[in-house]
Amino acid sequence: MDNPMAVDRLPTRAAAALIAHAGGIRVRELHAWFDRLHALRGVSLQIAERKVTAIIGPSGCGKSTFLRCLNRMHELVPGARVAGKVLLNGRDLYDPGVDPVLIRRQIGIVFQKPNPFPTMSIYDNVAAGWKLAGERNRRRLDEIVEQSLRAAALWDEVKDRLHKPGTSLSGGQQQRLCIARALAVSPEVLLMDEPASSLDPASTLRIEELARELVEAITIVIVTHNVQQAARVSDSTGFFLDGELVEFGPTQQIFTNPRDKRTEDYITGRFG
Amino acid sequence: MNLAYYRRSWTSRAMAALTMLCTGVVLTPLFLVLAFLMRTGLSALNLEFFTALPGPAGEPGGGMANAMAGTVILLALAAALGIPLGVLGGVFLAEYPNTELAHLTRFTADVLNGTPSIIMGLFAYILVVLPLRHFSALAGGVALGVILIPTVVRTTEEIVRLVPQSVREASLALGIPQWKTTLRVLIPTAAAGIVTGIMVGLARIAGETAPLLFTAFGNRFWNWDPLKPIAALPLQIFAYAISPFDDWHRQAWAGALVLVTLVLLVNITARYAARRQVKLR
Repeated sequence: MDNPMAVDRLPTRAAAALIAHAGGIRVRELHAWFDRLHALRGVSLQIAERKVTAIIGPSGCGKSTFLRCLNRMHELVPGARVAGKVLLNGRDLYDPGVDPVLIRRQIGIVFQKPNPFPTMSIYDNVAAGWKLAGERNRRRLDEIVEQSLRAAALWDEVKDRLHKPGTSLSGGQQQRLCIARALAVSPEVLLMDEPASSLDPASTLRIEELARELVEAITIVIVTHNVQQAARVSDSTGFFLDGELVEFGPTQQIFTNPRDKRTEDYITGRFG
Repeated sequence: MNLAYYRRSWTSRAMAALTMLCTGVVLTPLFLVLAFLMRTGLSALNLEFFTALPGPAGEPGGGMANAMAGTVILLALAAALGIPLGVLGGVFLAEYPNTELAHLTRFTADVLNGTPSIIMGLFAYILVVLPLRHFSALAGGVALGVILIPTVVRTTEEIVRLVPQSVREASLALGIPQWKTTLRVLIPTAAAGIVTGIMVGLARIAGETAPLLFTAFGNRFWNWDPLKPIAALPLQIFAYAISPFDDWHRQAWAGALVLVTLVLLVNITARYAARRQVKLR
């Protein structure tokens, strides 16, 4: 790469990561199985666009499975099955004939553990979604990489070492790199599966701030086992227990005035 | 004084000493072979050995240049056959581990791995030598390539499986199709390990003699034509070792030394590549 700073001379225009288009998701009677295990039992809820929706619940309650059903990652597990509807802007992701590859470009995901591609540089990690799709235009890639890294609040820390391996970064930086990588393909929705659970408190805070900033442009669904985190970042919260959605509502209400006894017990730390 | 502890620590020491002794016993033949090769082989190693054709029978002098070139050509032919088939087969096993075809392939590869190499020579004889009606480098390459395939298949499978599931998911989650994920993400991530497997496989077939006896056949002259018989280091060593001439015996030792050094170098390079792979993680 000749000069990553070259993009500064381009007219500023909203590149990949900053195209503001967000989608809302309606989930209707969603069931999911791992072989015989019935992991999700008829979940219905509405994920508002340009809001942060948090999913909380104890380990094994199906919250990660739910998230992975939203961009058709669940079906990648051998023996996994899904039934029900997931509508993105009114279109069912599970209609026959819908290409899961295209769905995953519209609905990105960040995993629990940072997983940068180990053989790729920082630059190539962010550009991966475009490069592997055949994009060759260097200036366009430069622009996408910078915008995405800026959007993930990582640009200033890595701009001088874009060609170092992605794995050379710290855990928190790697997670923001993964967020930048997901943002680069310009998704309408970003799913976050316990994105801070392997990070220290300072890095956790940065990820949370980032979620609040990004939600100006895209829809975010965040799964967390950290109840305080849900309270800090989300607009709406859903509480899962044993594969069922116990309660869903504005975060404010869930945390101050839960309607269900089990929700109250969970958020006050009486179990889970 | 705690008697039980005293006894236990003595038993521990005795057993540690025993394992060390066993290690020594295992290593001794290896070092003896190397030392003996050095002592007997080095004296016959000179420039002529690396540059000249074999001399007339009974006369001192001459070298094994054509045999070294022949081994390189045979390895290249074997690699051209064995690497693509082996790597693709291994990737298939890693990506579709529980299909009927995968079980069959894995079983076949294991059986092939245990098949005596002379059988592979017979196979290449029937497949290539009989239809062409003469021995050839190509037949030797096929024999060695068939031996290479199962090794490469199994190591590739192991290494591709070692690529963390999270890397696979990261790629699929970006909307990158499965085939591109395999080709552009999984294989590059596993590349160093796959290369290691290939190198170890090549090192193994470099020393094979039996499958070449009735395929490559050997040749006392230069040959660059894959359809004609070709010399190979192990064949030349074999021919010289059973000859009645002292000078040829010395050259056979020298050839063996060159072969062992070659195999050793390949193994060290493979180790180095593997270590780099670990660092990438």
